[in-house]
Amino acid sequence: MQRIDALRAVYPDIENDIVVTIMGAVAAELYSLGHRQNFFYLQHAMGLASSMGLGLALSKPNRRVIVLDGDGSLLMNLGTLSTLAWYAPKNLIHVVFDNQSLLSVGGFPTATSARSDLAGIAQKSGYPEATTVRSVEDFTTAWRAARERLELSMIVAKVKAAGPKSFLMDLPLLENRFQFQRWLKE
Amino acid sequence: MPVSVENSKIVYNGLKRSGVKIVSALPETWLVHLINLAAADPDMTLVRLTREEEAIGISAGAHLAGVRSALLMQNHGFLAAINPIVSLAFLYKIPLLMLISYRGHMGERDPWQTPGGRLTEPVLKALDIPYDHLTNTADVERQISEAQTLAESSLTPVALLLSRQLMWEP
Repeated sequence: MQRIDALRAVYPDIENDIVVTIMGAVAAELYSLGHRQNFFYLQHAMGLASSMGLGLALSKPNRRVIVLDGDGSLLMNLGTLSTLAWYAPKNLIHVVFDNQSLLSVGGFPTATSARSDLAGIAQKSGYPEATTVRSVEDFTTAWRAARERLELSMIVAKVKAAGPKSFLMDLPLLENRFQFQRWLKE
Repeated sequence: MPVSVENSKIVYNGLKRSGVKIVSALPETWLVHLINLAAADPDMTLVRLTREEEAIGISAGAHLAGVRSALLMQNHGFLAAINPIVSLAFLYKIPLLMLISYRGHMGERDPWQTPGGRLTEPVLKALDIPYDHLTNTADVERQISEAQTLAESSLTPVALLLSRQLMWEP
C-alpha cells in the first residue's frame, strides 16, 4: 500500500478533526492533498506527535484527534504508548504509517523491518484496540471501525518506503501553528 | 517523610490560582506531595509520564487547545527533555511552566544527584530560559503567577526551581 492512497481514503473524514502529523513524507503528502486549518504538521521533535495528540485529546474531549505517526518517530518515544494507554482518550485514533525505514534521512531500516511489531507493542501497552493492515481496503475498514468504536485505537498501516518527490510545503511553521491554534479556538 | 507537606500545598495552590488544569509529572522524592495533590484533585488532570520528553508534547497540545498546563520534574528530567524544549517549544513558540526540583545542589547527600545539580543553572542559562528560585513561602504564589504570565506573553518555556529550603524539612 502507498501511504498517499491511505491518506486519500481518510481525507474526506478528517475535515473537522484535530489532526497532528509527523514530519517528512506524512506531512508533505497530507499537505499535497490540500491543507486545512485543522492540520498541524510537527516538523521536528520526532516521537512527540502522539504526546501532542494526548495533550489535545485531554484538552478537547469533545473533538476527535487523529495522530498520523510513523514507525521511526514512534520508536523514538515508545513510552508514549504506555502513557496513552493509561489515559486511553476515547477521542484519539493513532495511525502509524510503517514503512520499516527512516525514509527522509536515507532510508535506513528501523526495527520494524526486523522483528518489532508496533501494533503488538501497543496492545500489550494496553491500547483497547490495535491492528496491522497491509492494503488500502483493509486500512479503510479498520479506519471506519476505529471511528465507530470511540475508543483509543491504533492502526498500523504497512506502507511502501516511497515518499513524495518533494518534501517542500509552502507553509511556514509558525503560520501553521497560529492558524491551528486559532481554528481550535473557534 | 521529610518533604514538606505544607509547602507542597502552597506550591500546588499557586498552580491552581494560575489556572493550571493539566499537570504532567514524573515522580521524584521532592515532588511526592505535589503529585498526590494533583491526583486527588478532581479538577486537575494528572498525566503520569514515562519520560519527561512526553510532557513537552502534552503541554504543546494543551496550549494550542487553550488549556493551561504545568510540568513537574526533577532537574535530571529537565536535562532529559532538552531536545523537545528546543525543537518543539522553541521552534513553535510554546509556553511551558516548568517546576523543577533542584536536586544535587547545596546540602545534597545523594552523590548521583550532584553532576546534574551542578549543571542545571548553566544549562538553563545556555538555553536562555528565564528562571527563578522558589525559596520563601510568602513569594511562591506570586512567583508562579509571574512565571505563568511571562511564559504566555513571551511564548517560551519558563522554569521555577524548587529549592531544598522550600521542599525539605530538616
